[in-house]
Amino acid sequence: MLPAPFDYHAPETTEETLALLDQLGDEGKVLAGGQSLIPMLKLRFASPGHLIDINRVQGLDFLDERDATLRIGPLFRHKAAERSSLLASRYPVMAEAARQVADPIIRNRGTIGGSLAHADPAGDWGSVMLAMDAEFVLRSKGGSRNVKARDFFSGPFGTTLQPNELLAEIHIPATRGRSGGAYMKLERKVGDFATVGVAVHLQMDDGKVRSAGIGLTAVGPQNIKAEKAEAALRGQALDDATIKEAAALAAAAADPTSDQRGSVEYKRNVVRVFTERGLKRARDRAREGARG
Amino acid sequence: MNRSITATVNGEKVSTEVEPRLLLVHFIRERLRLTGTHIGCDTSHCGACTVLLDGVPVKSCTVLAVQADGRQLTTVEAIGAGQLHPIQKAFKEEHGLQCGFCTPGMMLSSFALLADNPDPTEEEIRWALSGNICRCTGYMNIVKAVRSAAVQMKQAAAVPAGAVAGS
Ligand SMILES: Cc1cc2nc3c(=O)[nH]c(=O)nc-3n(C[C@H](O)[C@H](O)[C@H](O)COP(=O)(O)OP(=O)(O)OC[C@H]3O[C@@H](n4cnc5c(N)ncnc54)[C@H](O)[C@@H]3O)c2cc1C
Ligand code: FES
Ligand code: FES
Repeated sequence: MLPAPFDYHAPETTEETLALLDQLGDEGKVLAGGQSLIPMLKLRFASPGHLIDINRVQGLDFLDERDATLRIGPLFRHKAAERSSLLASRYPVMAEAARQVADPIIRNRGTIGGSLAHADPAGDWGSVMLAMDAEFVLRSKGGSRNVKARDFFSGPFGTTLQPNELLAEIHIPATRGRSGGAYMKLERKVGDFATVGVAVHLQMDDGKVRSAGIGLTAVGPQNIKAEKAEAALRGQALDDATIKEAAALAAAAADPTSDQRGSVEYKRNVVRVFTERGLKRARDRAREGARG
Repeated sequence: MNRSITATVNGEKVSTEVEPRLLLVHFIRERLRLTGTHIGCDTSHCGACTVLLDGVPVKSCTVLAVQADGRQLTTVEAIGAGQLHPIQKAFKEEHGLQCGFCTPGMMLSSFALLADNPDPTEEEIRWALSGNICRCTGYMNIVKAVRSAAVQMKQAAAVPAGAVAGS
């Protein structure tokens, strides 16, 4: 399979990238890891006139934690997330999701930023970002705006990203106090997209929940933030009854469709079970350590 | 518009012009006539087309040839040029292949794994190869082959000509 013809640009700075995006408008597409875009081009689901390859821009692959914020650059790849000791120790929901995205060869190239911009409702990172209450910095030639993950997604493969904008940075509130997380994913075989995924991110104070984040994968037209379940957990001690109630609320927030991966009832039930297990795992992790 | 690229392929510099939409796998097979790299699914799923880009396994059906500009490319032809590399010997001895279609990709993923982790457990081998699909062997003998190659490479500390060790 051969993509339709396009012109190729390989800018070396972010400014150059933004100028190209501005100039090319609808016809220009950013090429990050290419692990969704190139398959789309080959299937001719997309045929932009121009590709703007950002892989030669230096310094876009960062991950750092400062000023109470975890910052992630647009070329931070799944593999780097899988290997990061910072994420393993302080952001287990990210570390656990990273190793379950696609397969190791795809992970060598695919990026978190590209996944978010691609906005596949079965993509894993969107749910993780919703659970972590992330914010995205969208830069264009003229300026920059910040959009919360919960306001970013708009239906299958849809986002509020404008054609002239680059997803330039992901900001996540740094964890403090005791925190824990988990990413639960059901897949038909290793490397598959999720049948159902649940992301859980918890921060605790004195044995009570200060904040809880729950994101759902592949059970709706976009990644879903289970806000009622999150609210039910806030301020509570995480006893089994509270966890059960939150899990039921998360299942109610899911809006799956029946397909060859499972029925509506089945998927909703997996959300319930995964939320329960994920919350317990996150709670145990918060108890064990991760003080920041 | 065509672009000129210069890449180091199996240790040799190659300069040429490519159409931007040319996929790396077609560049390798049709332009360079290195047909050891296979096309299995052509949809980014099977890993038969795996090559190393700056030492890192990539699916060459899911990378553009222009993206190899200025980079090092390693295909299966570089593994054990002249004589069998310990990985190839181990695949042969442990029956790590039947039809051989997945084998170049399997060996390149194994090569990158062993460069990064010279003493992997069975679990680590299975994990590292989980992007390479084999329809024949049932994987048991592939895993055995990689274990055996690890042992032999530790003894010989061999490095294949033209290949780049990396993570
Ligand atoms: C076989 C296979 C299995 C997979 N399994 C999974 C899975 O289980 N879970 C999962 O989550 N994903 C999965 N993926 C998708 C994979 O994670 C991709 O890496 C990811 O969706 C896209 O990231 P990318 O960096 O490759 O983006 P690209 O393919 O380069 O780009 C994707 C889209 O985002 C846009 N874009 C990219 N970066 C930016 C930016 N910084 N600013 C603005 N726009 C941008 C592009 O223009 C394009 O429209 C799978 C892919 C394959 C081929
Ligand atoms: S041919 Fe490239 S992954 Fe199958
Ligand atoms: S040996 Fe036939 S596909 Fe692996």
